[in-house]
Amino acid sequence: MTQSDVDATTPKYLRNKYAIVGVGETTYRRGSQESTRNLATWAINNALDDAGLEAADIDGMLSYSGNDSTMSPFVAGDLGIRLNFYMDVHGGGSSTEALIGIAMGVIEAGMCKTVAIFRSMNGYTQVRIGGTGARSAAPITGDQVHMRAYGWQSAGQMFAPTFLRHMYDYGTTSEQVAHVKMAHSKHASNNPKAFYKTRYTIEDVLNSRIICKPLHLLDCCVETDNATCIIVTRAERAKDMKQPLVQIRSVVGRCCKPRIDMHYQHGPISTVAGYYAKDILWPNAGVGPEEIDLTGSYDAFTFTTMLQLEEYGFCKKGEGGQYVSSGIIELGGARPNNTSGGHLCEGYTHGMNMVIENVRQLRGNVDDSCPVGADGKRQHTYNYSEGGCRQVKDAELSANLGWAMPGTGSAMVMQRG
Amino acid sequence: MLQGEYLGMRLTIEDVDKENLAFFQYCAQGDFRLQKGKKSGLLRYPPTTACPWTRDREYDWVSVEGKGTVHSYAEVHHAIQPAFREHVPYMILLVDLDTQKGQPSEHEALRVVGNLLTADGKFAPPEMIKTVGIGTRVRMIFKQVSEGFALPHWTIDETAAQPATPWRYPQE
Repeated sequence: MTQSDVDATTPKYLRNKYAIVGVGETTYRRGSQESTRNLATWAINNALDDAGLEAADIDGMLSYSGNDSTMSPFVAGDLGIRLNFYMDVHGGGSSTEALIGIAMGVIEAGMCKTVAIFRSMNGYTQVRIGGTGARSAAPITGDQVHMRAYGWQSAGQMFAPTFLRHMYDYGTTSEQVAHVKMAHSKHASNNPKAFYKTRYTIEDVLNSRIICKPLHLLDCCVETDNATCIIVTRAERAKDMKQPLVQIRSVVGRCCKPRIDMHYQHGPISTVAGYYAKDILWPNAGVGPEEIDLTGSYDAFTFTTMLQLEEYGFCKKGEGGQYVSSGIIELGGARPNNTSGGHLCEGYTHGMNMVIENVRQLRGNVDDSCPVGADGKRQHTYNYSEGGCRQVKDAELSANLGWAMPGTGSAMVMQRG
Repeated sequence: MLQGEYLGMRLTIEDVDKENLAFFQYCAQGDFRLQKGKKSGLLRYPPTTACPWTRDREYDWVSVEGKGTVHSYAEVHHAIQPAFREHVPYMILLVDLDTQKGQPSEHEALRVVGNLLTADGKFAPPEMIKTVGIGTRVRMIFKQVSEGFALPHWTIDETAAQPATPWRYPQE
């Protein structure tokens, strides 16, 4: 493990000092029939109920969006929250972990005590995440001319050179990465919230139509309407709260490759931002990938999950294809990934639902079809057949690997308290 | 200001965007120019406001030979933008220029974006696309947007020695 040049003060001061105490979401739907403002208050209410907190307990708010959402002041006003701090930032994937880090920082600075982070989006019925509709019709100016004038706009189109070059450099195959969709669809079939609950085979993926080589339709994530919320506060305060303690060991926010103005200028282009982020994540966490029980590697596409697991050291560089097709990432495997079904199946949230899922996993109380006992807790069977359990047994440490694009990523290690 | 309709898309470069303005104006003259940092002597793409290696804000526009090798690509079969629906499948090429390849460090290159076009500037037909992949030698051509405004693109370099089998995604 290489120690980075980052001043790793986190282990000394903040490792396990902060916790996620509440998580919540709306339904994952196409056609929410709700404003993003209404979706946001719905998700935050659910997270408050989950945490056992009231509006008066929240005094900080963070959100992220790309001109497709509501802002904190409206949502806080609606819910009767008086803010000591708020910030609404521009961004999509990789923002979740970054904003959790910011929340820790502002609480540490004494600016507020408890922060609600939300992402609210009608990613199917309003501003479509795939880039069709309003985004693709917008006028093209300045730096965008170098990309959009060439029909190089959607995430799949922008990332394809990285995916293809990885196939070229390392012999990775579509069949290998199709295992990501197979695994995540298996997980989603045991998730009552998931938008797509159908289990898919490798052949289903490979036989679906090509969108942009090397991506088939089923290599691509779903577009849905939803809001999600995560509540962060000091672990000390969290100990008296409703839910089992889930602590943050380490966080990396929007770590970048060189030349992030156009990252392809600095290769290898089959290398992604995790190459740099891992040297912050693991030393600050004080654990390595071999100790992690489950992962949340961002699945905008099957390839992104594979690339990040490889780059963060869950396997050797170039062996991501073998890793994701080995069964390790499936429920019942040694280190399941995206046990909710993630972006490929549960719903698209720009990263939030993968953190929410791992919080529930670490609490040992993930929502599946297992019976609920008299104590209100699920009696998990660990039988992962269709319509069954999706709780990972004795989950203690999780890693989330957030993705914005090949050149930018975020990450977080969480631990059961 | 540069402005024009290209495939039905409105493209605009504002006057204050001096770097992009000059870049596309040179393209309209059939002259591919990049900024060369005064301190570093290094070329950069796309246009930037300072030198990524020295943060130097001084530079000269230098003519660069538009020849190179396909480093990777995207091949779009389902268009997102309405402008491209009638052109699928189309290729977006990421081309390593011969100039400054592997400099200033091993994995760096001037990787210039463009669509694969025929020599006379039309979107490449499917049979041509099937011959192009990683390793293909290409040369630059320009496509006019409006008076004084053109975009750089790529076409197969007919005079260059081509690899026997450029690497392509295996499923056609």
